[in-house]
Amino acid sequence: MAELYEELGLTEDEYRDVVRLLGREPNKVELGMYSLMWSEHCSYKSSKMVLSQLPTRASYVLQGPGENAGIIDIGGGLAVAFKMESHNHPSAVEPYQGAATGIGGIVRDIFTMGARPIACLDPLRFGDPSRARTRYLLGGVVAGIAGYGNCLGIPTVGGDIYFDACYDENPLVNVMCIGIMRKENLTRGIATGVGNAVVLIGNRTGRDGIGGASILASQEFDETSQEKRPSVQVGDPFTEKLLIEACLELLEKGLLVGLQDLGAAGLSCACSETAARGGVGMKVWLERVPLREEMEPFEIVISESQERMLAVVEPEKLQGVMEICARWGLNAVVIGEVSEGDLLEVFWFGEKVAEVPASTLANGPVYDRRAEKPEYLAEANSLDIASLSHPTDYDRVLLELAGGPNLCCKRWVYEQYDHMVQLNTVVYPGSDAAVLRVKGTSKALAVSCDGNSRYVYLDPYLGTQIAVAESARNVVASGGVPMALTNCLNFGSPERPDIFWQFREAVRGLADAARHLELPVVSGNVSFYNESFGEAIYPTPVIGMVGLIGNLAHRRTMGFPAEGLLVVLLGETMAELGGSEYLHLVHGLTGGRPPALDLSREKVVQTTCIEAIRRGIIRSAHDCSEGGAAVALLECCCYGERGADLRAESDLLPHEWLFSESQSRFVVTVAEEDLGSLRRLATVRGVPLQVLGRTGGRRLRINDWIDLEVAEMRRAREEALERILSGGGHED
Amino acid sequence: MRFGVVVFPGSNCEADCYHVINKVLREDVEYVWHQETYVSGYDCLVLPGGFSYGDYLRCGAIARFSPVMDAVSSFAREGGLVIGICNGFQILLEAGLLPGAMLRNTSLHFICRFVNLRVENSSTPWTNRAAPGQVLRIPIAHNEGNYVVDRDTHRRMVEEGRIILRYCDGEGKVSEEANPNGALDNIAGICNEGFNVFGLMPHPERASEEILGSADGLVIWESIMAYHAERG
Repeated sequence: MAELYEELGLTEDEYRDVVRLLGREPNKVELGMYSLMWSEHCSYKSSKMVLSQLPTRASYVLQGPGENAGIIDIGGGLAVAFKMESHNHPSAVEPYQGAATGIGGIVRDIFTMGARPIACLDPLRFGDPSRARTRYLLGGVVAGIAGYGNCLGIPTVGGDIYFDACYDENPLVNVMCIGIMRKENLTRGIATGVGNAVVLIGNRTGRDGIGGASILASQEFDETSQEKRPSVQVGDPFTEKLLIEACLELLEKGLLVGLQDLGAAGLSCACSETAARGGVGMKVWLERVPLREEMEPFEIVISESQERMLAVVEPEKLQGVMEICARWGLNAVVIGEVSEGDLLEVFWFGEKVAEVPASTLANGPVYDRRAEKPEYLAEANSLDIASLSHPTDYDRVLLELAGGPNLCCKRWVYEQYDHMVQLNTVVYPGSDAAVLRVKGTSKALAVSCDGNSRYVYLDPYLGTQIAVAESARNVVASGGVPMALTNCLNFGSPERPDIFWQFREAVRGLADAARHLELPVVSGNVSFYNESFGEAIYPTPVIGMVGLIGNLAHRRTMGFPAEGLLVVLLGETMAELGGSEYLHLVHGLTGGRPPALDLSREKVVQTTCIEAIRRGIIRSAHDCSEGGAAVALLECCCYGERGADLRAESDLLPHEWLFSESQSRFVVTVAEEDLGSLRRLATVRGVPLQVLGRTGGRRLRINDWIDLEVAEMRRAREEALERILSGGGHED
Repeated sequence: MRFGVVVFPGSNCEADCYHVINKVLREDVEYVWHQETYVSGYDCLVLPGGFSYGDYLRCGAIARFSPVMDAVSSFAREGGLVIGICNGFQILLEAGLLPGAMLRNTSLHFICRFVNLRVENSSTPWTNRAAPGQVLRIPIAHNEGNYVVDRDTHRRMVEEGRIILRYCDGEGKVSEEANPNGALDNIAGICNEGFNVFGLMPHPERASEEILGSADGLVIWESIMAYHAERG
């Protein structure tokens, strides 16, 4: 077994633990199960201790971390389930299928809980856009998301895309799904009731995706990565669509005790987790599993074939379950039963091929990894930005920023996604947050994903706080009250002390920001080993925020909505160009310190904005973030197809005022007669406010710094991505 | 008026059509399951969008063999109103209820966006509430909307006024730039010879409430209702 456990990714110590727990040497099937379940991907062994500090509770949290998805109560008997996950490594190896099955996995996590999936968002990170490989990966990933998500009839309503050379070999494909349910349909991935049937529903099992979690997701990349292609699963969205409908019908009719999707580690994971959660044992007869090809028991228990669900059913309800599955044309087979005790027993034509305590699989080892502050930080943080040359042509810089790969309009991407199906999307992609109405009520959800990894690279603690603050700000700008968040934490190898330090600091930042802004963390995912050839990506925590708009009439977009409104900047602008898009694009540098964030200030700026929106004072709102006030104002003009004539009073140098990425700021518009009310709301909370000027006309003017036609700005923004991706870059 | 919305495995706009008919138009509506062999009591059948049978073969190529399609064909032969939206249009083409076929969009991408459509014939059951040449703003969402048909059939369809909707710009000008998918002659929607079967790539159900960005799709729904009321 010695060679085998290493090949499967277990360490010598872990192997010894398995022997100790079993009181004997494991056989090949058992070893396969442990190696998968104890992989970083499934066990969270390196992150668990650090993650325990996250705030997860609030009065409206119905389900926190530990289940397939987090759930919050939005009143009126309705609840919202959501979660974010990564599918980074599969997408690097096979972009179309990697991204497609990423959608499949997160969508199953949502309907497993009893919720109908109503939207997906996809935060993506790619390498240098001038590289042919980046274009290949982006094209494949977007097509995969579209191919799978569109077929399911779940709108893809948001996400973000950033390019940086640190993702050249290791792109990030994170996917968030949101579902809505009646509270009484809340279902857990739990097995209870000795004698209840364990039913496998959906696709046949094949060899695809064998060892995906351990081989792909829990190892860094090297020159053999392409050989890992057989470890990528192949998606079948049609079957997934049938699974959604069938499972929701089964839950609606109250036919299930528990429901669990099969993802990483396949049957091993689904059986051990449901049994461990229910504190029961389980018998599984592998010969009953419908197969696509001849397979060994070892392969069947760890196969990651997609579009499969495990249901726990009381015997008298079995008939009803089978009928509904048949109606939807789905395989449904009783493959096991809930048993007394805590053993997961696996049989193959009468022969017992595995016998392990379920909880030892589900609760793997826990590591307290060594953390050490990385050496690059001191130098990167000490960059003297003031000594760099200053631009003179601000128009040109602004157009370059707005037309650069990171800030340009991502329409080329989101038009490939069906973002309208289900008729809930009332603010389409392209504004701060997507807004989804909740049919049958006057409510809506505002959802946004954010994560600026440059900030996190320069200061993991602060950078992650900013990610939380910014995603909340996006929700607020759209008229929503931020309720809860999910996250996907993408990092390098946790076995490297410098990387683990980044991770620890980032989670500390996440915890502090979430606590301060009163945002429970209800679900999440950790993706380690995002490195290739020894080089890690920038630490990239991505936050997914869900907010509630109590009244649809309060939804807002960033666009200047009418002529003659006052343009007001809420918050304070300081000379903060560290880690900025300006610094990167103009000087080719990533350095300095990220902008400061005062969480108390952040909170009051957000409450001022939301309160003013609710009272109908604020007509449009936009978060100021990458690219600074200038880019924010440009975006307001482009979205609203309207210019503005503005004056900035400031001691800052022009490029500082224009491009500084100071936090806790909004660009809002108000009618002249409402300015007094806004001022009162702001003053009471100590929020600085500056009236910049008025909307109107076809040009954006800011002092004698900026004077651009709206049409020209729109062209720069909207034609950029297609131009960048259509080539011109070197082949490699 | 009573609508039936046909549900194939993989349909995904059936609930949207149902919602609009039920909540916006406030008319009777029922789902019709793909295994039904007989349909009756409906004034209009809707074949909704989606990916029937995953569209793993040619779009609509498997759905046309569903038991319900024989019933839909008989219903159409007897003059019943049948509207196929997006994948529903593709199924009608495969079933031979409408002429022509779909190629992939020239961009080779799925495209989801609002487009402008010029009403080319406003005296049909589907467009009688539109002014001649009226421009409707309705979204498309498809991979295969690049309509093709042989030259003779195309000429005949033009002569008979069976080209109902064409992609145009905001001013109603039909041009290559306004063609999102490469469709022959900017064709977005067509009728059969009896004008009782209508196929269109745009989704009128996605533009039936102002809050979704346009209510121009109501022109089509309300035309159906007006036609039905008049016919009695």
